[in-house]
Amino acid sequence: MCGIAGFFNIRGDNGSIETQELLMRMIAPLKHRGPDGYGFYVGQRAGLAHARLSIIDLEGGWQPIANEDESLWIVFNGEIFNYPELRSELLKKGHRFSTESDTEVILHLYEDKGKDCLHYLNGQFALAIYDCRNHELFVARDRMGIRPFFYIEHHGVFYFASEIKSLFNGVRNFSPQFNYHAITDIFTFWSPVAGDTTFGSVKQLPPGYCMSIGRDGVHDREQYWDIPFSQDRSIMEDQESCFERLHELLVDAVKIRLRADVPVGAYLSGGLDSSTITSIIRNYTNNPLKTFSVAFLDEVYDERNEQRTVASYLKTDHHMVDCSYGNIADIFPDVLWHTETPILRTAPAPLYILSNLVNENNYKVVLTGEGADEIFGGYDIFKEAKIRAFIYRLGNSKLRPLLLKRLYPYLALSPTQSAEYARKFFDTDLDPFGLFYAHQPRWKTTSKTHVFLQKDVLEHTGTAEDRLWGYISPMADMDGFTKAQYLESKLLLGNYLLSSQGDRMGMAHSVEGRYPFLDHRVVEFAGTIPVNLKMKVLNEKYALKKAFADILPGEIVNRKKQPYMAPDILSFFGDKEPEYIGHYLSDQMVKEAGVFKPEPVKRLMKKCRKKGRQGFMENMAFVGILSTQIIYDKFIRNFHIDTSEQFENVRVRAENSS
Amino acid sequence: MDAVIAEIRAFVFENFLFDADDEKLKNDDSFLEQGIIDSTGVLELVDWIEETYGFTVEDEELVPENLDSVNKLAIYIGKKKG
Repeated sequence: MCGIAGFFNIRGDNGSIETQELLMRMIAPLKHRGPDGYGFYVGQRAGLAHARLSIIDLEGGWQPIANEDESLWIVFNGEIFNYPELRSELLKKGHRFSTESDTEVILHLYEDKGKDCLHYLNGQFALAIYDCRNHELFVARDRMGIRPFFYIEHHGVFYFASEIKSLFNGVRNFSPQFNYHAITDIFTFWSPVAGDTTFGSVKQLPPGYCMSIGRDGVHDREQYWDIPFSQDRSIMEDQESCFERLHELLVDAVKIRLRADVPVGAYLSGGLDSSTITSIIRNYTNNPLKTFSVAFLDEVYDERNEQRTVASYLKTDHHMVDCSYGNIADIFPDVLWHTETPILRTAPAPLYILSNLVNENNYKVVLTGEGADEIFGGYDIFKEAKIRAFIYRLGNSKLRPLLLKRLYPYLALSPTQSAEYARKFFDTDLDPFGLFYAHQPRWKTTSKTHVFLQKDVLEHTGTAEDRLWGYISPMADMDGFTKAQYLESKLLLGNYLLSSQGDRMGMAHSVEGRYPFLDHRVVEFAGTIPVNLKMKVLNEKYALKKAFADILPGEIVNRKKQPYMAPDILSFFGDKEPEYIGHYLSDQMVKEAGVFKPEPVKRLMKKCRKKGRQGFMENMAFVGILSTQIIYDKFIRNFHIDTSEQFENVRVRAENSS
Repeated sequence: MDAVIAEIRAFVFENFLFDADDEKLKNDDSFLEQGIIDSTGVLELVDWIEETYGFTVEDEELVPENLDSVNKLAIYIGKKKG
């Protein structure tokens, strides 16, 4: 894995830019992504920088890399898992390679196929290729959004980087501001939408997109792939071959993700998805198997027993780290330095602790189970939507309260005894055919946090139809279940889970995550599975369970889904209140940041300190407000990068006048 | 009764209506309709009633008729205490 950064001079030649210095300023903040060494390339109109985490071709794969005649240069963050097969084909066609890396494979494929090369890549990537002859920069991001790509156009120059901090450190005369649309989106949908970020002018290339930048600026922005969920084929003749094909694809997805010149481990959360991945490694390879997990001291969130069950069933060398309220509070500001965006839950924090454990064990790569819930219909939100729709059709039947009691088995209590209450809380009166039916209760609850937002921020609030318009037309022909999957994959997975919980938390400790469920062949196949094999009545991820029942312990297959969560308000007020609370949430700081109203924030703090029962909304509001304030302090008010980086380990220093 | 109403209003403002001016809550406003209380909020309310007034809210009493506005709450609490 790695960090990349660079620029393209739309206006003209680089003349007035101190290119080497600019590149160093951009890449220095990414040392956690690439601690093993740096590389730089400067051309006539562009510059590329790379910070490397060496995983494939440890000796030779230093970037930037050029093709045979140095007309093309690439920097790349990611892995191409089918690179050996692609490399063979390219060698047969006469291409000459100077490294054993997967990076170089992309470049030669690009020589042959241009941007169509993306369709051949099975992997996770953010890349930039500079074409010296045409003076063009081609950039692309992987299909699901596993690796990040941020950019900004400023005074005629296009800058890009793996993380926003690189742009802020690199670009001169740029004052970051909050993007109020994104803030209101976060406090409604849990993340910015599409290509937005928390900051004005800073954009991200959406997953499945590529574009080119040339003399006339950005052009040919294109979506080369979208999640292929489509109309439900509710009848599948042959279920057994469906499960077999799924089995075959996922096993291959795991195998190719074990390709590395360093050891590869796995996360074991105790749930079905990571257990499946780990089980495949154990049953289909001879790889030594180190697994890692985080356990909570608060029993409500803890899954250590399930983790140990799977670890001992699969005889893995398992490592576990404990996480207390205080641990989360201690690291929270650092977590935000890495997420670069406000968050409404503390869930990324334990994953920061977990990647540290991996790093301490000298591992650089782990396989993990993200994606299964989205593509196979595992989330409770899908189940709830189904139940709510069923209840809607029941009218005033006595069955309603009984059904509603099934909705939240993992929460302590819910007042579902009263049918009247239940109807209101679970929005069973909404039209089940509405576009955003499954997500509306979540957004409704989350939007209650708007009570804390300043008026001029609130003015930027949009309706779901406005803000999510880009997703609407792909969803048009989908049935309700599939719509919910699609939206969850684009919004939650693409713009939050893979970034704030995945890439950023892993990279904070130089750990690369790999996601077999997000192998595009697996995703594409999942798109063909009928809804009733994804959720059979109320049995979620049915097809996945059937496909792998033979290699999993029964208690894991049959276990009630426990969503991954971490203590929110409790982390800050459960044991000891961290000192920085008074700093970030002082009246003065709240006023200065200009996002929240000081009085309601004070009331919320008072309620949090009472240590009584706290609601969903308060937990999200508190974490959201605190994290926004910290982001304000670290990225707007007081942004600075430690300048002690000496760049002693520069392995590539290339320059040419084109 | 007035004392109880004042106590209820104070509780609702401090725990659910963070952005407060007194006008924001009428004693007949439905908590459900106004979205003032969500599913965990009802449990907070029940906890508070039981701790403050010293009686148990029975399962069958957990209904909007008893709990869904300041006035309804005051009447319910009055009945249980008296």
